[in-house]
Amino acid sequence: MRPRGRGEYDSLYFDYPHFEPPTGARRGTLTDHVQAAIVGAGPVGLTAALTLAKYGVACVLLEKNATFNDGSRAICVARQSFHILESLNAVQPFVDKALGWTMGRSFYRGHKILEFEMPDSANEKYRPMYNLEQQYIEQFLWQAADASPLIDIRWQSELTGVEDVDGGVEICISDVAGGYTLTADWVLAADGARSSVRTMRGLRLAGDNYEGRYVIADVQMDHDYPTIRRALFDPDCRRGGTVLVHRQPDNIWRIDYQLEDGEDPEKAVREDVVRESVRKVLRDIEHKGDWELEWWSTYTANTLALEDYRDGRIFFIGDSAHIVPIFGVRGLNNGIADGQNIGWKLAWVINGLAGEGLLDTYSPERRSATLDVFANASKSTRFMTPPTRGWQIMRDAALSLARSHPYAGALANPRQMTPHTYADGPMTLADEAGFDAGPVPGAVAVNVAMNDGFLSDRFGEGFTVLRFGEGGDLGDHVAPVTVVTLDSNSLTGEIYGAADGATYLIRPDMHIAARWKSADARTVAAAIKNILFLKETS
Amino acid sequence: MAELTLEDTYEALAESLDEVTEAQTPVYLAKVCLALAQELGDHGKTLEIIRACREYLDG
Repeated sequence: MRPRGRGEYDSLYFDYPHFEPPTGARRGTLTDHVQAAIVGAGPVGLTAALTLAKYGVACVLLEKNATFNDGSRAICVARQSFHILESLNAVQPFVDKALGWTMGRSFYRGHKILEFEMPDSANEKYRPMYNLEQQYIEQFLWQAADASPLIDIRWQSELTGVEDVDGGVEICISDVAGGYTLTADWVLAADGARSSVRTMRGLRLAGDNYEGRYVIADVQMDHDYPTIRRALFDPDCRRGGTVLVHRQPDNIWRIDYQLEDGEDPEKAVREDVVRESVRKVLRDIEHKGDWELEWWSTYTANTLALEDYRDGRIFFIGDSAHIVPIFGVRGLNNGIADGQNIGWKLAWVINGLAGEGLLDTYSPERRSATLDVFANASKSTRFMTPPTRGWQIMRDAALSLARSHPYAGALANPRQMTPHTYADGPMTLADEAGFDAGPVPGAVAVNVAMNDGFLSDRFGEGFTVLRFGEGGDLGDHVAPVTVVTLDSNSLTGEIYGAADGATYLIRPDMHIAARWKSADARTVAAAIKNILFLKETS
Repeated sequence: MAELTLEDTYEALAESLDEVTEAQTPVYLAKVCLALAQELGDHGKTLEIIRACREYLDG
């Protein structure tokens, strides 16, 4: 919502483009069969489209709106998402615009009770977290997608039907010029929390809704405070409640506060009420200058997910598959990881480089990431919004104790998540005994600063093999493999717990697939074949 | 001075509980528990105690 007199897209800092639906000659090809259709051109759909395009697979990307998100919404972009953006050749505008941060501070009744640092070091190419308004996230991804001849973005194009047909899915689309149908071999539903595809398939999210309601309000102001996430527990401005303050680019500050029990949610989003609430928060954080209200919205905390992210030839990615509380900042980041995960797997299947079994690994892998978020986010949600008397008493006790005993402040840590480690499965081989350091199979590869950049710069577009001590030909491999030869007697060797002969196999999404104390070309090639569900041909 | 005993804790808590308001009592006791648990440093033991103390609350 925006202040009176300003339109939905009348922003203080962002110029919304207006995209027309397909016109002219383009209409002649609207009904052409496609290998992949993606519903929803938000950050998740765009990530999936760019991932497919990276591997040469064309897609149609359908978006019912005429422009980007109406507000800043998801503003925290995690390090691994930056790596994904880099892999899509889209990271530079994010680096230029976003505000990196490493630190959070929590206050209880105005007193600082916790200061936490997220893991960061000179070995990391990107900071643990960046703040950037969602419109920019979408704009920067769109710029990359728009430049790709493989991505056909259709704005103002609404999905009106979806039907299984032999070997594909028939989808009905409606735009200003009328309705049409096309068939796609595969469909990715990236159409958000209120997914039409999900509804049309009769699928329901299952899980918990939490009690608390929150308002997020953006204000523009000259406010002198570094990019540090501030959490105010039981502050003067909102007794019994919790307030979060985040800095965003363009002098925009995110104020996020919880409504009191019994506070009328409809009244709470009235402009005068929002202004008064914001004014009180700004007084608490000692902002004395002017400020302008930019945009506001509400949210609730939920842990909801589909039982299976795959339904026939349709895959659900992002919020259409799972809704997580925002405290863990995983809604956007997990959605981006979903888009990349199904993106590369689908592309490899379409390109004949992998068996269709690979597609069945998408749901278990990404669903386990969601459940991991649920466990963490439920903890932080219970701390931010104690759901019952018991949780309330313990939360208040911890905060009160933290005033004099800093160890108790750690209970207020929001547990900003690290990337999910996939469990052993078809794509993650059991760990080999004998490693006393280094990322385990399933984890994201650890980065290391090198003379000429970072270890991650040397990863390839497909699989990457790290060979310590001995390089050499991997012989007849079955998929594009980039071999990186490394000295075991180096910082990288130390971090990877690698002696001569140690070999790490890294997936296209930077997760470790397997590692061996020593492995020959045949072992590595066999592992890749298994991971890609390719039948033995010899 | 004689070594302090459980009785001293018992008395000190009784007096403290009289000094805090009724509304503050649950948070105060929870705070004491957290601090004691941290000092004890054995969270398995703490969980046992939490379970055990649920018994016989009705007398």
